[in-house]
Amino acid sequence: MVQATTRSIEFPAREFHGPAHATGFWRTYVFSTDHKVIGIQYGLTALCFLLLGFFLILAMRWQIAHPGEPIPLVGWFLEKVLGSPASRGIMSPDLYNMFGAMHGTIMVFLAIVPLAVGAFGNYLVPLMIGANDMAFPRLNMISYQLYFLGGVVMLASFLIPGGAAQAGWTSYSPLATVIPTDGQTFWLIGMVLLITSSLLGSINIITTIVQLRAPGLTWMRLPFFVWAQLAASFLLLLAFPPLEAAGIMQLMDKVAGTSFFLPTGLAVGGATAQISGGGSPLLWQHLFWFLAHPEVYVLILPAMGIVAEVLANNIRKPLWGYRTMVYAVLTLSFLSFIVWAHHMYLTGMGTRISTFFQTTTIIISIPSVILLTCLLMSLWGGSIRIHTPMLFALAFLPMFGIGGLTGLPLGFAASDIQLHDTYYVIGHFHYVVAPGTIFALFAGIYHWFPKLTGRRMNEFWGRVHFWCSFLFMNAVFLPMFAQGFAGMLRRMADGGLSYSARISPGVEGTLSDFILGLNNYILWAAVGLGLAQLPFIINLFWSIWRGERVQGDNPWQATTLEWQTPTPPPHGNFLRLPQVYRGPYEYGRLDEDGDYLPQDRPPVAHTR
Amino acid sequence: MNDTSSSVNSYRAAVCQGRSVLLIIAAVTLCMVGVAHAPLPDAGLRTALVLVAAGVNAILVAGRLMHVLQERHVIFVLLAFTVLFFVALMGLCLWAHGDTPKP
Amino acid sequence: MEIAYTVHARPDTGVYNAKLGMWLFLASEVMLFGGLFSAYVFLRVGAPPDTWPQGWLNVPLGTLNTLLLAASAVTTFLAWAACKARRLDQFKLHTGLTLLLGCIFLGIKGYEYHDKWTHYELRLKDGRIAEGHLVGPKSTAEAVVLKGRWVEDRRQLLDGRRSRGTWQELTIPRADIDRMQNYAPRHNTFLAIYYTMTGLHGLHVLGGVVVFAYLWGPGSRLWHVDPEHFTNRVEVAGLFWHFVDLVWIFLFPVLYLS
Ligand code: HEM
Ligand SMILES: [Cu+2]
Repeated sequence: MVQATTRSIEFPAREFHGPAHATGFWRTYVFSTDHKVIGIQYGLTALCFLLLGFFLILAMRWQIAHPGEPIPLVGWFLEKVLGSPASRGIMSPDLYNMFGAMHGTIMVFLAIVPLAVGAFGNYLVPLMIGANDMAFPRLNMISYQLYFLGGVVMLASFLIPGGAAQAGWTSYSPLATVIPTDGQTFWLIGMVLLITSSLLGSINIITTIVQLRAPGLTWMRLPFFVWAQLAASFLLLLAFPPLEAAGIMQLMDKVAGTSFFLPTGLAVGGATAQISGGGSPLLWQHLFWFLAHPEVYVLILPAMGIVAEVLANNIRKPLWGYRTMVYAVLTLSFLSFIVWAHHMYLTGMGTRISTFFQTTTIIISIPSVILLTCLLMSLWGGSIRIHTPMLFALAFLPMFGIGGLTGLPLGFAASDIQLHDTYYVIGHFHYVVAPGTIFALFAGIYHWFPKLTGRRMNEFWGRVHFWCSFLFMNAVFLPMFAQGFAGMLRRMADGGLSYSARISPGVEGTLSDFILGLNNYILWAAVGLGLAQLPFIINLFWSIWRGERVQGDNPWQATTLEWQTPTPPPHGNFLRLPQVYRGPYEYGRLDEDGDYLPQDRPPVAHTR
Repeated sequence: MNDTSSSVNSYRAAVCQGRSVLLIIAAVTLCMVGVAHAPLPDAGLRTALVLVAAGVNAILVAGRLMHVLQERHVIFVLLAFTVLFFVALMGLCLWAHGDTPKP
Repeated sequence: MEIAYTVHARPDTGVYNAKLGMWLFLASEVMLFGGLFSAYVFLRVGAPPDTWPQGWLNVPLGTLNTLLLAASAVTTFLAWAACKARRLDQFKLHTGLTLLLGCIFLGIKGYEYHDKWTHYELRLKDGRIAEGHLVGPKSTAEAVVLKGRWVEDRRQLLDGRRSRGTWQELTIPRADIDRMQNYAPRHNTFLAIYYTMTGLHGLHVLGGVVVFAYLWGPGSRLWHVDPEHFTNRVEVAGLFWHFVDLVWIFLFPVLYLS
């Protein structure tokens, strides 16, 4: 995009106001315009949604493993709150669909993206580039508020008559439109709020990175994390609006009776629908996946950025192929706009267009592999420090590898015919997002926690958290590949029972007892995964107040700018405007007193 | 900054420029409406001409009034990519639509 | 605390923050309207034969609106030029004109909506079809009065160009009516996309009017504190307004002329 500039640029001297003036409680914590407070607000809210999304799926996994049996422990509560869809504590198919749709929506739009971009991006980007705040602090506050409002609308939809949206996170029309409850309307309004929030947020992050880099911080001196955030923000900026357009059209279909996505002659419940018709269900899919494929890279790129930072810091040597990684990220973002229809191979598309999308899909896996390879190669010859953040970052690599490689058979139409809409797809993308992105986010939390609080999270419980999560994650998702190969479809409220050998013995192609039995096994692995998060939650809050204090402002001996601030960074971040002299990963320098050179330490006369 | 006389001159120049832009847009718009109602043999040709006229107007507004032409290259690159993705969106959707085998 | 480059351009990128932010926003807007235009073409290309209406919209009014919006684009441009020349009076004049033109645009748009909203298609139980404007005061509980015409075939409704002259008052007993539907978004795909696109565009015009009203009124206090900063705001608001004009430049031929 923009080349590193070697020409020297005169930056006007700027007044730098030091740490801030006292403000009241509301201005400091609730309506704050400080990027760090907003980042933490995003983080805490998103973590709550992450937990909620997890509870939804836990209830669904019970239903999948034990269809029609009352949900233990929480069944009565669900009945009390949600009424008839959960009568006698049993999950009805309607409720299963609601939970399924909302699990996906919450995880993608309310948990991972706000955590990865809203929280980490907001908190770290200005610090890493030596800025005193985001370019538009008030807009930043509004983005968070819109996100919060979107979340409230989504949550409220559970409580309205008929309950929440039921047509999956993909909300395919006509199904989404003809379900006669208001859940989908709420979903759409919520999405419009979330999209607006993301757009404002990404404008802010891009402007900040382009405009507020400290003097000397040229493009090729940016930490990889910043590049990843820049790319992810561009994806949000340009891919989300078409979905917003589609959302508006679906909203029109829902409330104004139009037929954007409803075909002529549509029959609902046995009768011809009273609509004008003439719309196209495929149009929705195009517009949806035009967003949703870039969106999956929004999920993964910030995670890669975090892993790169944690890795570089703990191998004590520069990242292998930093430039290559930057170009790979840019290529990947660009290509991610033209692969979307690989989600639509089975919509009856023609062979030529399908060939085009197969080709681009396979091409886009090249930069993904480059990124992974660079990270792996970086490990070679490093003096590796192992602790909780590093463990999570290391585990990211093989987990993302599995996720990415399992994507390849999906990328070919021929093999996708067998795998589409099965648990194999679920396995594929959860390997990328759950043990991939979520592990990276954990790594980030453990890694930057000392900067936020001046304290370290407990190492022992961190390792317990890591090993248990690692074990149970794989126990949950690995069997899904087998189920998918066996032809078990996703989104079935009875977990495949109707297509099983149990119901129709002797029929060919039914799901065997073994495949069905995996459901129960996955259920308990998921429960274990939930329990494994307890040490994390307790550790997090305990360490805020009671954790071991760190020595100095830079406990990890890191080079990047965010560690060269007071701890925690005050309003305005830096005591004086930093000047950057070198790239981000000057580790393993034996000619210096430490083994690393911070980006802003002035060069000594004899170096250079 | 600018001394007063040059800024007054540049303001006068802006007024002239604005007036001519408006006149051209008005003329092009009227031509466009005319073409749309002209008895042309081919509906496709008519649509093409109308869109070309709209394109001329758009270039005038973007190039002159939004001064894209004088803008720095950050903005140029951004716009180029945006237009590219828009073309990809519309083009690939239509291609997919056209390529779908009819029952 | 002060954020760098809010007023002056950053030397290497050559722009100030708000300008870049606005261009980024406009890029996303291009994709937003791009999605809608794509939907329009997609649906139109895929429409079954003999279902897409032509000439339903009022071309003279559409042309007038195009010119009004173009004129307002020029006045915002001049308002910015006036700020650069440090002429607050000229700024107020041109921004006032922009506001006026924007409001007239919205008024005309509102009239067009009203015109469509009161336009009905009636299907009678014996298969005859009538179309026309509802004459509200004359319609009663027993009969509907339309100023319109009879057509034999539904396809005749599709060409709106050559019929207006022959319209007359029709009185139709309600008992004979099978189905009566106005030209609301649900009527057909064309109207659906017409209302959606122009409605969204109208919201943008409204937003622009609010912003300019602010800059014209209370916002202009900034002029006396920091004229350069104020000039930047006018420039950025102008960029938005020009974009709104650009969208209309394409909406007009696409919806009115083809
Ligand atoms: C590296 C190369 C990758 C390839 C070739 C690939 C390919 C595919 C294909 C073809 C599908 C559609 C499967 C179907 O529905 O039949 C799919 C689904 C999916 N992929 Fe990937 N993928 C890759 C990486 C990723 C990454 C990095 C992520 C996210 C972080 C991701 C997330 C998803 C999601 C969420 C779905 C399912 C969407 C749904 O149907 O609900 N993929 N992938
Ligand atoms: Cu994809």
